[in-house]
Amino acid sequence: MKSLVLAALGVVLATAVPVAHAADAPKSITIATEGAYAPWNFVTPDGKLDGLEIDLANDLCARMKIECKIIAQNWDGLIPSLQVGKFDVIMASMFITDKRLEVIDFTRTYAVDPSAFSVPKDSDLGKAMANDAEQFNLNDEAKAKPAIDKLRELLKGKVVGVQSATANLEFLKKYFADDIEIREYKTVEEHDLDLAAGRIDAVFAQKTALAATLAKPEFADFTEAGPGFDGGVFGRGTGAGVRKADTALKDMLNKAIDEAIADGTIKKLSEKWVHSDVTPKS
Amino acid sequence: MIDLTFYAEILPRLIAGLPLTLELAGLSVTLGFCLALILALAQRHGVIIPAIVRGFVAVFRGTPLLVQIFLIYYGIGQFRHGLQAIGLWGLFREPFWCATLALTLNTTAYGSEILRGSIASVPGGLREAARALGLTRFQTLHRIVLPLALRQALPSYGNEIILMIKGTSLASIVTLMEVTGIAQGIISESYRAIEVFVGAGLIYLTLNFTIIRLVGALETRLSRHLRRDGNTGGKPVAANLGNVH
Amino acid sequence: MSEIFALLGFGPEGWAAALLLAAGLTLVLSLAGFALGALFGACAAAGRLSPWRLPRLLAQAYGTLFRGIPDLLTIYLLYFGGSVALTGFSHLVGIEGFVGMPTFATGTLAIGIISGAYQCEVLRGAYLAIDKGQFEAARALALPPWITLSRVIAPQLLRVALPGLGNVWQLVLKDSALISVIGLVELMRQAQIAAGATREPFVFYTAAAALYFLIASVSTRVFRHAEEWSSRGMVR
Repeated sequence: MKSLVLAALGVVLATAVPVAHAADAPKSITIATEGAYAPWNFVTPDGKLDGLEIDLANDLCARMKIECKIIAQNWDGLIPSLQVGKFDVIMASMFITDKRLEVIDFTRTYAVDPSAFSVPKDSDLGKAMANDAEQFNLNDEAKAKPAIDKLRELLKGKVVGVQSATANLEFLKKYFADDIEIREYKTVEEHDLDLAAGRIDAVFAQKTALAATLAKPEFADFTEAGPGFDGGVFGRGTGAGVRKADTALKDMLNKAIDEAIADGTIKKLSEKWVHSDVTPKS
Repeated sequence: MIDLTFYAEILPRLIAGLPLTLELAGLSVTLGFCLALILALAQRHGVIIPAIVRGFVAVFRGTPLLVQIFLIYYGIGQFRHGLQAIGLWGLFREPFWCATLALTLNTTAYGSEILRGSIASVPGGLREAARALGLTRFQTLHRIVLPLALRQALPSYGNEIILMIKGTSLASIVTLMEVTGIAQGIISESYRAIEVFVGAGLIYLTLNFTIIRLVGALETRLSRHLRRDGNTGGKPVAANLGNVH
Repeated sequence: MSEIFALLGFGPEGWAAALLLAAGLTLVLSLAGFALGALFGACAAAGRLSPWRLPRLLAQAYGTLFRGIPDLLTIYLLYFGGSVALTGFSHLVGIEGFVGMPTFATGTLAIGIISGAYQCEVLRGAYLAIDKGQFEAARALALPPWITLSRVIAPQLLRVALPGLGNVWQLVLKDSALISVIGLVELMRQAQIAAGATREPFVFYTAAAALYFLIASVSTRVFRHAEEWSSRGMVR
């Protein structure tokens, strides 16, 4: 019986994947994405991952001259799985927030994608603030406060959908918790469906994701409304998540991202995929 | 090693989801039992109705509950205008009622099979005896067949209740923050998956253990007359837990 | 309508091949998990029937635990806890760094553990249902214990246990959908992926439901045949 247990453990260990580790520069890495966040990362019918972040990941790996495997993982499980070593890097449109920095580390920002509300065109918010081009950085809360107060007024008593475990949820909890009912969804397309069905009055998500949804014919009666927000609870934009111990890997990624920003690769990719420039300003 | 302060912090938050878990399970088990009884009885005569019931049962037993909840919730959303016209949208707009509907239909399918089996297991001689005594069909059913069938069904039905309690853990996919939904929320802010799931597991285990005990006590009580001595009582449920979906 | 057919077809924009492949993985995952569960279930049933107290208690604790907590929690616990344990173990034997549990192995183990708890009850019930006379007759014929088990008890055990095992199989099939949460691309996960990529969740969840239903219906038939075959010697 004992030898059987040992044999079984041997089999498990032999099939288990040892993942790159610690301070030495790795030769090959596994990058995880969500695979359900078009146009940033999604899966095509033949099972391949595609999108802005997939192109970027391949570009970065070529710059670092290491072998990369890209896999998809549920959003909820990304950080816990990184921690237990299922993969080495997260590139899943994840904001660099203080809360996440408590448990994992991030590279520098590779994209900035503010968040905003999307509502029916004939709603209070839709009529008052459709396609508001303003932009607020929440690091300067005093400046954003009037805009937030106005939104709170317009959204009072409404039900707002948001993807769970996101900075978007943090934002709603911090500034709107007393005024609106927050509903948490596992994926973006689920809150979009409920918006279309009229179960919720608004959704709050990244602007590029809203644009992708609003381009669909079923969403002709909906519009993005109110200003966009970044900074503050949204942290420092989108970055690649790594384990705190993997400092060498982080340095390599940072260098590659710097190069990709400098030579216009990120600008080129973002125009291809999201039709706007998401290159970080600094 | 074990961080007790963390457990002390998360357990009250998880328990806050317990009323919702209990409401979902309680409502769906109660409604499901009534419907299951009707379906089990409806299957005994005729051709068309039993065929429809069998189809319903096969579909709900043959697909995962996860898919059922999702399809019912988002599927109903697509028929908004039709439902508004008949005034039911107010009900199905709420995730709670959609989840309750999905869980109820699911447990109806399983429950009707359990009850059908236990009704069929009532010896035919008892029915004949009842008729010989001049009881009407309704009286026979009400006084003879159902009491015996329900006692027979009790252990399996106890399992079904436990499976429904476990089934409510899927309600978080339609935005309901019951125990598992809250657990996932806590993980997304603390990233301590194992501790949170152990905490949630303890809550479910306590709940289900209580139900097992209650059903066991009820069964012991209902089978007093079958006991040959004082020692056979107390574990009939355990002996029957093998009867699952 | 034609859009839906294109989405569910075999063309370049169609997801049929991916869905069928994922359904195949669902089947393989369920079979592997069910087989592992049979092993766990048999061990636990032996424990429950043991004359000693400790194995009885352990087997009972196993059954209560895994039938009492939601399967979703068991799967998550194994997925995250398994990696931590595996990493710790590999440190002990000198492998450095993180060791990830492969998702298929985790899924099989999770289904094995959960279904083992249910299979234990089925097997135990079936064993208790065998007439005591059968054991006495075997002893009277001086059959060695192994022959008694393999030629007398096992065939009868299987016959009595088959309907219960059929139930557990259906449970396993549907539990495999929960393995989607740890990222294994079985049928449910593939449907989610397709729904996310096309933003047409309704189409793909319906397709997944149909495929699950198909697998469940076919296996119901297989089990019914097996039941008839195993009770061919019985007088009706």
